[in-house]
Amino acid sequence: MSVDSAVVRRIAHLSRIAVEDEEVERLRGELNAILAFVEELDAVDVSGVEPLTSVLPMKMKKRADVVTDGGIADDILVNAPEREDHFFVVPKVVE
Amino acid sequence: MTEPTHLTLSQARDALKARTLSSTELTQAHIDAIDRAGALNCFITKTPELALDCAKESDARIARGAAGPLEGLPLGIKDLYCTKGVRTTAASRILDDFTPTYESTVSANLWRDGALMLGKLNLDEFAMGSSNETSAFGPVVSPWRRKGANGIDDAKIVPGGSSGGSSAAVAAHLCLGATATDTGGSIRQPAAFTGTVGVKPTYGRCSRWGVVAFASSLDQAGPITRTVRDAAIMLRSMAGHDPKDTTSVDAPVPDYEAAIGASVKGRRIGVPKEYRLEGLSPEIAALWDQGVAWLKDAGAEIVEISLPHTRHALPAYYIIAPAEASSNLARYDGVRYGLREKGRDITDMYEKTRAKGFGAEVRRRVMIGTYVLSAGYYDAYYVRAQKIRSLIKRDFDLAFAGGVDAVLTPATPSPAFALGEKGSSDPVEMYLNDVFTVTVNMAGLPGLALPAGLSGNGLPLALQLIGRPFEEETLFALAAALEQAAPKIKLPAAWWS
Amino acid sequence: MTEHAAPSKLIKGATGDWEVVIGMEIHAQVTSRAKLFSGASAEFGGEPNDHVSIVDAAMPGMLPVINEECVAQAVRTGLGLEAKINLRSVFDRKNYFYPDLPQGYQISQYKHPIVGEGEVIVDVSPTERIKVGVERLHLEQDAGKSLHELSATESHVDLNRSGVALMEIVSKPDMRSAEEARAYVSKLRTILRYIGSCDGNMEQGSLRADVNVSVRRPGEPLGTRCEIKNVNSIRFIGQAIEVEARRQIAILEDGGVIAQETRLFDPGKGETRSLRSKEEAHDYRYFPDPDLLPLEFDQAYVDALARELPELPDAKRARFIEQYGLPPYDAGVLVMERASADYFEDMIKDGANPKAAANWLINEYFGRLNKEGLTINTGPISAQANSSIVQMITSNEISGKIAKDLIEIVWSQPGDPREIVEARGMKQVTDTGEIEAAVDAVISANPDKVAQALAKPTMLGWFVGQVMKTTGGKANPQTVNELLKKKLGI
Ligand SMILES: [Mg+2]
Ligand SMILES: [Zn+2]
Repeated sequence: MSVDSAVVRRIAHLSRIAVEDEEVERLRGELNAILAFVEELDAVDVSGVEPLTSVLPMKMKKRADVVTDGGIADDILVNAPEREDHFFVVPKVVE
Repeated sequence: MTEPTHLTLSQARDALKARTLSSTELTQAHIDAIDRAGALNCFITKTPELALDCAKESDARIARGAAGPLEGLPLGIKDLYCTKGVRTTAASRILDDFTPTYESTVSANLWRDGALMLGKLNLDEFAMGSSNETSAFGPVVSPWRRKGANGIDDAKIVPGGSSGGSSAAVAAHLCLGATATDTGGSIRQPAAFTGTVGVKPTYGRCSRWGVVAFASSLDQAGPITRTVRDAAIMLRSMAGHDPKDTTSVDAPVPDYEAAIGASVKGRRIGVPKEYRLEGLSPEIAALWDQGVAWLKDAGAEIVEISLPHTRHALPAYYIIAPAEASSNLARYDGVRYGLREKGRDITDMYEKTRAKGFGAEVRRRVMIGTYVLSAGYYDAYYVRAQKIRSLIKRDFDLAFAGGVDAVLTPATPSPAFALGEKGSSDPVEMYLNDVFTVTVNMAGLPGLALPAGLSGNGLPLALQLIGRPFEEETLFALAAALEQAAPKIKLPAAWWS
Repeated sequence: MTEHAAPSKLIKGATGDWEVVIGMEIHAQVTSRAKLFSGASAEFGGEPNDHVSIVDAAMPGMLPVINEECVAQAVRTGLGLEAKINLRSVFDRKNYFYPDLPQGYQISQYKHPIVGEGEVIVDVSPTERIKVGVERLHLEQDAGKSLHELSATESHVDLNRSGVALMEIVSKPDMRSAEEARAYVSKLRTILRYIGSCDGNMEQGSLRADVNVSVRRPGEPLGTRCEIKNVNSIRFIGQAIEVEARRQIAILEDGGVIAQETRLFDPGKGETRSLRSKEEAHDYRYFPDPDLLPLEFDQAYVDALARELPELPDAKRARFIEQYGLPPYDAGVLVMERASADYFEDMIKDGANPKAAANWLINEYFGRLNKEGLTINTGPISAQANSSIVQMITSNEISGKIAKDLIEIVWSQPGDPREIVEARGMKQVTDTGEIEAAVDAVISANPDKVAQALAKPTMLGWFVGQVMKTTGGKANPQTVNELLKKKLGI
């Protein structure tokens, strides 16, 4: 499988990465090189094989239902590029 | 007396304990060495004041007889580990001057045991790379130089990646040891390139909490040091169960150092025929044979094994790792921390921020990851790759079930190369560096790389040992035997000062 | 279960009848102290970003750790929906960018939910019950909140809700009218509240409905559906369905086609409008969350939770009918809230006659509470006090009319109703002599009315009223009736 420039733009948008027009062609080449590299996997017989979900032979531990965190709004916001009264501020989101 | 920076971690530990050296002296010597090594670009952030403050406290604790196992030992921390109050960048512009309010579990474990931090080490951006050339803070230069036709070549050599700052700093004696992380070979390959020892523990051995995630199912923390013993000492402190990471294993951490010097007599070592790749360089092949001979001499039993799905590991990795990364890196969106570029609207802000904040390799991998997860491609790429991962793991399971205690392979297909020499036209050329290391991540196994010889052009070459899950002790015992048998690799003199 | 709607449920269009088909996705906030994957408080409200941990804010290197109580709540709910509990389920990441989604993905369950198929029995009216199939129930994280009103050019983000546990309960498209849909949500809410897995508070958003609506000619295959997002009251769910069905019918009758899309109900304007701006190329790229192992437990765990489950509304209703001889409608009303049912049973334990207690609650006390905006838990009268009142009515100690006065007294100055009746002389007069005297007095004072009554027996009521008046409402109305009939000769 290989991608064309429309697909490159669509993936870039899904990834929320702006691409300049002049980058598209180069990206297309690079992505196709990677896709060509992984293409050999198509030939592997995987019938009856379960996809691996975890290499760990153990059960997931759970936490107790206790409030142990929060009340640290200053810490939560300290690195924010824009904030106001303990809110994060972003360009207007249109619904 | 040896210069303090030329002590091994264990020697420094013993000197501090014997009080023939103070942590303050030891730390100051490293700070001075770091200041002279700007040309190597190992550190993104230096923390000398913090280091000296900690050294003073360590000296007081040693005097009180309250020293921890790593008391007063200065280390470097890969800048992928979040460190409380110290800027953490992942070598990316997108984190800007992000300063965590929290400390990663693994680094916290080191501080708990008395170690101290000299600064944050350079790496490939978000740990994506094999040469440390993708860092937003510029490439790291290896302390090694290669022999050209007319003596020493003045080409700058890569230290490997992604933990290139860690490997170069340890090789250049800028710290006694360093933390690193390994997703596809990022500890072992840079260790191999710099003549140092790198350990990727079993998945789940170290907590991932507070370490910037690249590919969650593959990432694992580990040490880079100058000796096998030093790696054992560091790993013991780094490892352990963390309730904040449910993929960390709740099992006691053995005293790895005790395995150093243990007999390897009767140990069964598998040599996988599939690693004898077509076109494998003769000097790497010879090194491997040499490693086999050394282990045999030490009393180990050598068996040929088959890991038939080996060659599919790297392509499958280049589906799984980018897929996980594309999701893990979605949080870098300019909203809560890090870089923000102005945009017309929220989407424009996201797109501009991420285009500017991520370097070319990260953008490429995020896009590939997005593609392989997208509607219509998920089964063909991601699910298939995870099935192949099952097959790779099964290969190892069968080998271990057949009585093999560990597997011996080369660590890398070639010695280090010069900056700009690889991958500039084709990203896949760079990816091939991880061909011997990536299977270990795919199967969640422990792996160790150690120096075993020099290439024709005077650069280090390394062997890799792969162990059963959670049997790092076996690896340390075998690695110590190999270290004993192999000729001593003399680390380069400080040409950079 | 009926495949097609009864004729009475069809909607009349200009060109004939239409059937509306409704399915629902309910997001129910799990009742827990902490969030699904972090130790921050799940409590509603709070100062901005106060109920937020560094995990909820998706700081670099943060990892989720699942809250065991949220898992238990999902299993309990699944049991309450008679559903298949999956002993192994998987958390997936649903990837999309939005400022109130800090991780850039929602942790949800996609291919392998914790609960599979089940069903809900819904009382649409006192005489009609339907079964609504449940497709699945899964656990997922809530998002934060974006406030758009604080500034003209910017949105403000509060992550307090971010990471709170939700159960998404997906129904099958089994409902055929707005009424059925309303009844389904109401029943689901009752079950969740019984189990204690969701408080069902729709104003605070603890229960939110996404309603899928399509229309078709009776007997035809399913039409194209539209999803109406986040309808936040049972009344609005009904209204939204009505207007959306009519909108679709109008389009189809005009020869148009329905575009599958997400819409929003505007209760002010009484219309749904397209949310096309949010619709652009969604591709959620679901994949198993590599930070979380599969969620696994054994049947013994499920069995233990099942044993601790309270009696659920359907079982309670059946028991009330069987044990107390209540009419199904009364039983249904009483079991709507677990607290009401418990209150009713407390009255019976105290000695009240079940049918009389049910009557009293349904016809008097519930209405009184409603008027004041109170609930059975916040109302001022104890079950014992109401039981005493009912017992006095049953034993003819007080009349129904006196009982109404009595409840007003007990309402505002709580006390033992028996003592109040005694102290204020409110006891019903059952002494025939005393009543007879009053009857005679009224008859002799109104000869003209007596004549009228002979011609028109319905005048009897007027006489009853007069006697009751002169006895201060305390005369036993039945005795008054009998005596009047005898004396007037009617
Ligand atoms: Mg949904
Ligand atoms: Zn949902």
